[in-house]
Amino acid sequence: MTSQNTKTEMLSGAAMVIRALADEGVEYLYGYPGGAVLHIYDALFQQSKVKHVLVRHEQAATHMADAYARASGKAGVVLVTSGPGATNAVTGIATAYMDSIPMVVLTGQVMSHLIGGDAFQETDMLGISRPIVKHNMSVRRPEDIPYLIKKAFYIAQSGRPGPVVLDIPKDMTMPNERYPYQYPETLKLRSYNPTAAGHPGQIKKAVTALLQAKRPIIYSGGGVIMGQASEELTALARKLNYPVTNTLMGLGAYPADDSQFIGMLGMHGSYEANMTMHHADVILAVGARFDDRVTNNTKKFCPHATIIHIDIDPASISKTINAHIPIVGLVKPVLAAMVAQLEQKKTKPDSKALESWWQQIEAWRSVHGGEYQQDTPVLKPQAVIEAVSRITKGEAYVTSDVGQHQMFAAQYYKFNKPNRWINSGGLGTMGFGLPAAMGVKLNYPDADVVCVTGEGSIQMNIQELSTCKQYGLAVKIINLNNGYLGMVKQWQDMNYESRYASSYMDSLPDFVKLAEAYGHVGIRVTKPEELEPALERAFALKDQLVFLDIHVDPKEHVYPMHVPGGAMHEMFLSKTKRT
Amino acid sequence: MRHIISVLLENESGSLARVVGLFAQRGYNIDSLTVAPTEDATMSRLTLVTHGNDQVIEQITKHLHKLIEVVKLQDLSESAHVERELMLIKVKATSNEQRDEVKRCADIFRGQIIDVTAKTFTIQVVGTSDKLDAFIEALKGSVIMEVARSGVSGISRGEKTLTL
Ligand SMILES: Cc1cc2nc3c(=O)[nH]c(=O)nc-3n(C[C@H](O)[C@H](O)[C@H](O)COP(=O)(O)OP(=O)(O)OC[C@H]3O[C@@H](n4cnc5c(N)ncnc54)[C@H](O)[C@@H]3O)c2cc1C
Ligand SMILES: Cc1ncc(C[n+]2csc(CCOP(=O)(O)OP(=O)(O)O)c2C)c(N)n1
Ligand SMILES: [Mg+2]
Repeated sequence: MTSQNTKTEMLSGAAMVIRALADEGVEYLYGYPGGAVLHIYDALFQQSKVKHVLVRHEQAATHMADAYARASGKAGVVLVTSGPGATNAVTGIATAYMDSIPMVVLTGQVMSHLIGGDAFQETDMLGISRPIVKHNMSVRRPEDIPYLIKKAFYIAQSGRPGPVVLDIPKDMTMPNERYPYQYPETLKLRSYNPTAAGHPGQIKKAVTALLQAKRPIIYSGGGVIMGQASEELTALARKLNYPVTNTLMGLGAYPADDSQFIGMLGMHGSYEANMTMHHADVILAVGARFDDRVTNNTKKFCPHATIIHIDIDPASISKTINAHIPIVGLVKPVLAAMVAQLEQKKTKPDSKALESWWQQIEAWRSVHGGEYQQDTPVLKPQAVIEAVSRITKGEAYVTSDVGQHQMFAAQYYKFNKPNRWINSGGLGTMGFGLPAAMGVKLNYPDADVVCVTGEGSIQMNIQELSTCKQYGLAVKIINLNNGYLGMVKQWQDMNYESRYASSYMDSLPDFVKLAEAYGHVGIRVTKPEELEPALERAFALKDQLVFLDIHVDPKEHVYPMHVPGGAMHEMFLSKTKRT
Repeated sequence: MRHIISVLLENESGSLARVVGLFAQRGYNIDSLTVAPTEDATMSRLTLVTHGNDQVIEQITKHLHKLIEVVKLQDLSESAHVERELMLIKVKATSNEQRDEVKRCADIFRGQIIDVTAKTFTIQVVGTSDKLDAFIEALKGSVIMEVARSGVSGISRGEKTLTL
């Protein structure tokens, strides 16, 4: 509310952009300048509340903002110029979209009167981004800027989160044209009003079904992480003593060290998680979307199960797998309501059935407990991740790129806290890992931030080592160097009789020298006995970026792995064993 | 199954592209599409005809709802409704015999001849899509020069409305 005697401030469009971000509580803006956004950069220069991080490629700006959002739950903000600046951001926008991550991307645009005329550095960013955003908008009148920025944040962060693009023609930001500025405190849209609390009747039904279960499982996903509902999930699981599995996006929502945790499920999920899913009679799916990397063949998916599905997005429910008890709502209030109901109920879970269910699960656990060959002369990637997990006590922020190293990190790092595991699941974007680690480190300077990567992926955004130097981002890079695009090679081993079509990368750089050239510390590890001392040294160097180039077994495969076209419980367990 | 979905849409630039893009992106069918402003200038009403099994239609309505600019929608075919489509059809009519035949046909379908030249008739027919199909079929004996159809528009019967 403005009182009558306070004079409304008059600001230029450019100044309004920055001021609105400050009023929204934005500390960092990730971006790259260019003609169409120079007025905005000039406004940025003239204040100190919002700080700008200059990346070396716009894709990195989007991943930094995205990773900040994954760690904090709040939207990350990106500023890029029109044309190539905007198109360079596209992969990062799609990455955030696929994983439902809140992000606000401000893209410059040519002057309004030039739009549509193939002007210099003009691209139809609204058209390009439309299929990969939650929403996009353009500024048509400078005085709308505060409202549009508020709207962008509101849409990005509410309901099912996602990226929002705001396209800003240059003439909307003219420094000498001033307009009254007022940042709206709240906003209501008649056409957008996501429900929060689930339907009480459905919640009741779900609790009853859960209590009747003989072979239950809780399958939780990224929605619990971004929905900040790890506490409620843990309370519910403990109350019931039911097994918990997490998707790749859900890791950390339930502590990995807890005995009720049975690992990740899906294509590279644990044997016990996939077996437990397949044989379950009740599945409680929470903030997870039955992705094809989880379900395997949907026709053969969990044939015995009654499925309860909690999701804020009705379109996620019964999309690939039919839900018997759908609950549309935010996971946090819905889980809290379920816990509250359980506390009042006299009925308890069937302890006898549960006991034999747990016996069965323990038996599955002992079949393939994630073992891999020990005491080999060449380092195993799994051993590296286990060592990192041990040294950082399962408390580091771990980002990753895409490939075998990503799966090893997911399987062998013990995530005990939510929002610590930061990876691109839905789009599978190589090049995500390093900028993501940077985004986290910048915002959590005291935390250990590890980027698990491969020699293929790291080269997709390696230029960001320069940004790290400029901003003192002391991340630890664990380069699981197997000399191959390992995940591709694994598929070629399994499906193409080891014909390695373009999965071997010749002429790799000397990563140690490269790190040094950028002003960082590089350490090479080639033997198992070198690993621990190298890691100790790296984590002791608190203020330095350390690039650990770790040579690991090029022949290693990720197991378990779903048999293509099979059910959840059909897996390859090693190069020679399958279920 | 064929469905007629009516959507109230914020009258903003790009909102129509978003609806059409959704169908293209997710591989849904659009059999016809009409859109125009309503009595409230801030909203357009869009009516689209699509087909698919129940699961597909459910996903379509859910995804339409998700679009930020979609204010409200209704699957008209789920309950009693009226639907109409308008067609303008130009046929060759040179001989007297031809002209009589086309006129007779138009009368049966309650069509109106809205443009006449020495060689052509342009007829306007309004009705359900089936009726328009039948009219085209009935004119098979004549030479059809051009067909312009509006796509289906519809409204529920009785008290039920699709309004704010
Ligand atoms: C090489 C590779 C291998 C992979 N292998 C596996 C694998 O083995 N196992 C695996 O699980 N994944 C794997 N993935 C990832 C996979 O592709 C999907 O990204 C992942 O399974 C989706 O996770 P999720 O179901 O938790 O959904 P997310 O993508 O995290 O979606 C979250 C869901 O929760 C909902 N939601 C969001 N916020 C809330 C809220 N506050 N309240 C309620 N609902 C909310 C959303 O609407 C959405 O439906 C792999 C990816 C790669 C690149
Ligand atoms: C941008 C991009 N291009 C291609 C792919 C396909 N792809 C998935 S994993 C992978 C190999 C990654 O190699 P590396 O980073 O060395 O990891 P490794 O599997 O060897 O651990 C490739 C090419 C992808 N996910 N992203
Ligand atoms: Mg590799």
